Amino acid sequence: MIIGILAYQGAIEEHLKMTKKALESMKISGEVKLVKKYDEIKEINGLIIPGGESTTIGKLSNLSQTIQLIKQRIYEGMPVLGTCAGLVLLAKKVYDRVVGEVKQLLIGVMDITVERNAFGRQRESFEADLEIPIIGEKKFRGIFIRAPIVREVGPNVEVLARLGNYIVAVKQGSIIGTAFHPELTDDPRIHQLFIKEICNRLL
Amino acid sequence: MISLVAEVKSSKGLKYDILEGVEVKRGSALVKRGFAHMLKHGVIMDVTNVEQAQIAEEAGAVAVMVLEKLPYDVRKAGGVARTASLKIIEEIMDHVTIPVMAKCRIGHTYEAKILEEIGVDMIDESEVLTPADEERHIWKWDFTTPFVCGARDLGEALRRIEEGASMIRTKGEPGTGNVAEAVRHIRIVNNEIRRIKAIYESGDQQELIKIARELRVSYELVEEVGRLGRLPVVNFAAGGIATPADAALMMSLGCDGIFVGSGIFKSQDPLERAQAIVIATTFYDNPEKVAEAQEMISESKSMIGLDIKTLELRMQERGTS
Repeated sequence: MIIGILAYQGAIEEHLKMTKKALESMKISGEVKLVKKYDEIKEINGLIIPGGESTTIGKLSNLSQTIQLIKQRIYEGMPVLGTCAGLVLLAKKVYDRVVGEVKQLLIGVMDITVERNAFGRQRESFEADLEIPIIGEKKFRGIFIRAPIVREVGPNVEVLARLGNYIVAVKQGSIIGTAFHPELTDDPRIHQLFIKEICNRLL
Repeated sequence: MISLVAEVKSSKGLKYDILEGVEVKRGSALVKRGFAHMLKHGVIMDVTNVEQAQIAEEAGAVAVMVLEKLPYDVRKAGGVARTASLKIIEEIMDHVTIPVMAKCRIGHTYEAKILEEIGVDMIDESEVLTPADEERHIWKWDFTTPFVCGARDLGEALRRIEEGASMIRTKGEPGTGNVAEAVRHIRIVNNEIRRIKAIYESGDQQELIKIARELRVSYELVEEVGRLGRLPVVNFAAGGIATPADAALMMSLGCDGIFVGSGIFKSQDPLERAQAIVIATTFYDNPEKVAEAQEMISESKSMIGLDIKTLELRMQERGTS
């Protein structure tokens, strides 16, 4: 199993470390690679799109001519995990809380509408305990940094977690998206959920 | 888990609130240092107005830093350099979706409070502005907004972290277009870290506490540096970066990302140069891509550099270390 971390910008090494930890805890042997090039993305079994700036990651992916390939591979069934900026890039529709409509480059594979910077600026960033039934009863510490939220979901999208009324984690087939940053914590359960998706695909 | 070493657990910057019926915590080291982690491998660009901020965003910057004048112009103007006009900062916040940072004077707690009040995403306590306190820095744990501070060596970096900085950058020599001082500073930090790592791995705590006393920082910070083999917070390059090759050089020396001050908007080709520096930063380990980026700019359009030896003002030496 080869898991790729999209390595243009953002919390790349943090995801690398957490993915290795999750693989170890599940006793699965697999390789975790930082990927930027077309050929590298062609050979992976699953992709993580990290937190960072979605405008920057989208632009660099487009320049590297990998954005279309990623889209195609996800449509073919490759599991993907997007956190924060990654969730934004996976959405079909995105707008910003202050600026409104944004003309940014998206992978656009998930039937969701995402509002960027939904809680406000960095001063309003926070951590909070979340209930995420799909990964177990124990609460998950959600780290929200200038975080987006999911405003609308299509009929084939499963809501994994809410903060009050806000949708903060979603799943559509093998596509998983979170508004928070599991890579900043020491809890590997979101990464384990993603790895299970890859295992199901490879069986 | 990112390092939370030296966090002050009962600081005024911590805020507890109920959001949508859920208890939330703001201003923790995790949330503030975590913000800096999202900027990694990115470029933060100095801007003075909305037009420049939009060019920076369009070019792929991960954040913009708002100043009244670019560091090169601060040198030319002389006098006292203070925090930027709030109207300009607010206008920029209304027009770009990426984070907006601003600088305050070293030790000027109230310029920082004002910047926090209007909602900038990160505050740079910066030697580019004229220090307001020659003997002390801001106690940054009092703030919910994260801070970045400059450093020329490991001791300076760790003292700033102990005061609450969530991110470090080299000081370099701002406004010169000369990368030599930034190189010198990151080299010094790297060498000191290598030495501490070796001592930590040998288990010689007697030596570690001696180093902590020499650096005037806590033992736990020195021990954490030894354990991690790097700074416990995100560390960017700053001060004199002017070309894509400069950015790639600093990334290859182990920096987590790049600040570009005068280098972009004092050049004759700002949009191309901004894009090229973003590309060189991301693909620094791929010489072919760095060459492509360097070809997007023309050396004849680079800002005119300044010789460090003949400078009247050495910004890196302002304020206490």
